Amino acid sequence: MEWSLYLESLQKFPDLVRGAGLTLELVFISLVLGFLLAVPVALARLSPNPLLRYPASAYTFFFRGTPLLVQIYLLYYGLGQFPWVTNGILWPVLREAFWCAIISFTLNTAAYQAELLRGAIAAVPHGEIEAARACGMNKFLIFRRITIPRALRLALPALGNEMILMLKSSAIVSTITLMDLMGTTRTIYARSLALELFFYAGVIYLVLTFVLTRLWGMLEWRLSRHLALQPMSRPAVPGEVARA
Amino acid sequence: MLDLIGFGKTGWGNQYAAALLLVIELAVTSFGFGFVLGLLGAWAKLGHSRAARRLADVYTTIIRGVPELLVIWIVFFGSSIALQKIFALLGHDEYVEVDAFWSGVFALSIVFGAFSTEVLRGAFLAVPKGQIEAAKACGMSKVLIFRRIQFPQMVRFAIPGLSNLWLSLLKDTSLISVVALDEIIRVSRIAGEATHQPFTFYFAAAVLYLGLTTVSTAIQRPLERWADRGVRRV
Repeated sequence: MEWSLYLESLQKFPDLVRGAGLTLELVFISLVLGFLLAVPVALARLSPNPLLRYPASAYTFFFRGTPLLVQIYLLYYGLGQFPWVTNGILWPVLREAFWCAIISFTLNTAAYQAELLRGAIAAVPHGEIEAARACGMNKFLIFRRITIPRALRLALPALGNEMILMLKSSAIVSTITLMDLMGTTRTIYARSLALELFFYAGVIYLVLTFVLTRLWGMLEWRLSRHLALQPMSRPAVPGEVARA
Repeated sequence: MLDLIGFGKTGWGNQYAAALLLVIELAVTSFGFGFVLGLLGAWAKLGHSRAARRLADVYTTIIRGVPELLVIWIVFFGSSIALQKIFALLGHDEYVEVDAFWSGVFALSIVFGAFSTEVLRGAFLAVPKGQIEAAKACGMSKVLIFRRIQFPQMVRFAIPGLSNLWLSLLKDTSLISVVALDEIIRVSRIAGEATHQPFTFYFAAAVLYLGLTTVSTAIQRPLERWADRGVRRV
C-alpha cells in the first residue's frame, strides 16, 4: 500500500521536470545578462578613475553583502511602495515575478562575476602584456587580444562554480510564486503531503549540477587544448567555492 | 522614517533588535555544529576507513549539489513527520510541530558541515607531513599531535575558506524566514505589510545584513593575524 503511494507521487515527476525547465531558463538568462554587466563592472573596479571605481565597489559591496532573498523581495514586494514606479512605463515588467527574478539574479550574479573577472584580469602575467606592448599593439588591441582571452581562461573554473551556485540559489524564486522546480515541488507537496517529492526534486537538482559541471569541464578542456596533451583541470566539483 | 525604524512607540526597532539577535544566534549555533560536522567529515575523508570515506563523499556531494532551501524544507517537514511517527509508536497520536529555530539550525549545520568538510580536508592536507613525523619522533600520541600540531596549523589554512562559508551562512539565515521564524526578513515582511512600506523595511533588512557581513570581514584580518602568530615573518 505504501508503494502505491510512492508511485502516485512519482507520476508527478513530469511536472517537476517542467519546473526544472523554468529553473534552467531563469539561470541561463541571468547568467548571460550578468556576464555582460560584469565585464564593465570589473573594468570599472580596476580603473584608476575614482568616479568609476567607487560606484563599482559600492555595487559589488551591496550585492555580495546582502542575501539574494532580500534583493528579490526589494524588487518584487518593495517597488510597489512607490507611485512613480507603479505609474511608470516599466510597471508591466516590474510587476511580473519572472522579470523581478531575472533582474535581481542578473544584478546579483554580475556582482560576483565582476569580482571573479577582476581577480582574473589582475592575474594575467605582466610579461605577456609587456610583450604585446613591445610588438607595438595599442591599449585596446592588447585588451582584446591578450587581457580578455587570458582572463577569461583564468576565470573559467570560478565562473563554472558561479553557475552552480546560481542554479541552487534560483530555488528562492519559489517564494515569489514562480513555478520553478522548487515551486512546483512545494505546490504538489501542499496538496499531497508526500515528502518523497522533495527527494525527487533533489535528484533532479543533482542531475542538473552534474550535467552542467560536466559540460563546463568539457568547455574548459576545449579551451586549454593548446596548453597540454591532457586536460588541464579536472571538472569542477559542484559548489566547490563557497559564495561569499 | 526614523519613527518607523526607531525604538519609539510606532517604531519597529525592538522587533528588529530581537530579529538581529536571533539571526546571530542562528548563525553562531549552526557554525558550531557545522564545524564539528566538518571536522568529522574531513576526518572520514582523510582516514583509512573506506566506508567512512564513501559516506562522507555521498554526504558532501548530495548536500553541495542541491539548493539550501530544499535542505531546509526536507528538515522542516521531514523532522515533524519523523517525530510524529516516533510519538505514534509511543502511543501519542497527535500533531507535532518542530521548533523552527532548531530545525533551522539543523538544516544550516548540515549545509555548513558539507562545505566545511572540503575546506578542512584541504587545510589538514596543507600541514607539512614532516612536522607530524617530527612530532611522532618526539613520542607524542595521536591525540597530542592533533591538538598541538595539526589543529593549530590547520586553522591557519582554513580561516579564509571558513570566513567565506561564514558569510554564506549569515546570508543563508534569510532562508529560514520560510519556516516562519521571526528573523530579519519575516519582521520586515510583517512591518512592510502593516505600514504599506515594504521597500523601506526590506531595505532596513539589507542594511542589517550588510552590517553583519561588514563586521565579519573586519574581524577576519585580526583573526588571521592571531592564527599566524607562530609563523616566522620574513
